[in-house]
Amino acid sequence: MRGVKVDVLVIGGGAAGMGAAAAAAREGAKTILIERNERLGGVLEQCIHPGFGLHRYREELTGPEFAARLRGELESSGAELLTEATLLDLDPAGPRVRAASPKGLLQIRPKAVVWACGARERPFGALRIPGTRPAGIYTAGLCQRLVNIHGLLPGKRAVILGSGDIGLIMARRLRLEGVEVAAVLELKPFPGGLLRNVVQCLEDFEIPLLLRHTVAEVHGKRRLSGVTVVEVDEGGKPLPRTDRFIPCDTLVLSVGLIPEVRALESFAPLDPVNRGPKVNAWLQTEVPWLFSAGNSVAVFDLVDTVAALGARAGVAAARYAQGELPPARAVPLVRGENVLHLVPSALVPGEEATVFLRVPRPFPRVKVSLGGLISRNHLGARPAEMIEVKVPPGASKELSRMPEVRVEVTPA
Amino acid sequence: MKRRLTCISCPVGCELTVEVESGQVISVSGNRCGRGEAYARQEAVEPMRVLPTSVKVIGGELPLVSVRTDRPIPRRLIPQAMGFIRGLAVEAPVEIGQVIARDLLGTGASLVATRAVSRCGRPSLQGT
Repeated sequence: MRGVKVDVLVIGGGAAGMGAAAAAAREGAKTILIERNERLGGVLEQCIHPGFGLHRYREELTGPEFAARLRGELESSGAELLTEATLLDLDPAGPRVRAASPKGLLQIRPKAVVWACGARERPFGALRIPGTRPAGIYTAGLCQRLVNIHGLLPGKRAVILGSGDIGLIMARRLRLEGVEVAAVLELKPFPGGLLRNVVQCLEDFEIPLLLRHTVAEVHGKRRLSGVTVVEVDEGGKPLPRTDRFIPCDTLVLSVGLIPEVRALESFAPLDPVNRGPKVNAWLQTEVPWLFSAGNSVAVFDLVDTVAALGARAGVAAARYAQGELPPARAVPLVRGENVLHLVPSALVPGEEATVFLRVPRPFPRVKVSLGGLISRNHLGARPAEMIEVKVPPGASKELSRMPEVRVEVTPA
Repeated sequence: MKRRLTCISCPVGCELTVEVESGQVISVSGNRCGRGEAYARQEAVEPMRVLPTSVKVIGGELPLVSVRTDRPIPRRLIPQAMGFIRGLAVEAPVEIGQVIARDLLGTGASLVATRAVSRCGRPSLQGT
């Protein structure tokens, strides 16, 4: 067994983890990053479409190109990078981390940990759709991996359930590769993904988007033979006599991502809506040595944001390990009206921060307010996009007098 | 004639209105930046798209290399471009940014690799 003492251990080598490890190493902390895959990059590696990097690099890159730039920044930072290293357990006593790697079992004793393990796709089993359980049902991310990394097509005729961005992107990808896409179904009355993806992935290829529709039943013995599709009401309940059969051999699910938190949920308090750990403005969880960033905190809309938050978590973790991060008197952010995802869960008086939030449905114009601290108008609030509100250090100083900050979105 | 468009230049997705008279763009509104106006002017006449896809790799650690056109190509040429790209194969190693095909279908656009694929004898299914 190889035992290592480090200042900062970063778990996960996607955009958040790479950002965190580079930043921590640049702060002078002895840093190790472990990644179970052979390559760093996380989900970016399979996102071969452009649309990344407009904020961070001021140009539009594909996923692998964005990942390559981050890897370049990471490799020059001095952080030690261990790929094919899989986390076995994260013991909060210590803390102590064990990982399996090609070099054998690793035992790492870090002073601070950045949890950057991204999110998992909501699986078919979580949807409780009646019918048979045939082959041919894939989550969109799995389908993307099969097509873009392994060069395998899932089937010949597909129905896509859910209009999240990965679902929309996969509709185009499958179509380009010669798979017929019969329809994209969305339970809600509005698309789940970005409008640009509705245009360039569906409208460009005349793929029908059926809003307020879902799959009522799957059919097929060994292989999927089709799905029964129904229209639903406002509450998502099927409307009578609207059912019809769509023959297909492939069902692709794009029905949401859930932060990966299994190794820490037993000791780090989670936010019930974000489903990731509660973090303060430093991306510090309620367990002082544990930091987290990216989609393992809450599912973000842009990888640029994820990389930036990773860097922030990396800096804070390095300062914590070096004994320079004072204990935070955190002021909780409380959800008011029309707020779903909300990051962070608490602000630190005197520290600047950016608050990220999602609305539950589209609004043409809204007012976003953080207690009496900040209030701002925002055009075109949509669930697919996070609203960002900057809290400058000046405003943040006033926090010390506040017990909590209520975050609210009201139609304007 | 007025046409409604959703701008795809960035994730904001502005709703644009383009006024076209006999093939000429008269006005653009609803855009919040210069890219939006440029997008609308082009979209009303000849929609252009960057094409992302993949190309077969021979002897690589991965069976495919991801590629894209280095500039937008006419959207109407995408099916033909996919047919052409399907017939391509490139020998590993592939460098990021490497040109896989020049002047794709006479559009002036090059097809460039968006990742590096090193040479490797590993079975492709264990690629990553």
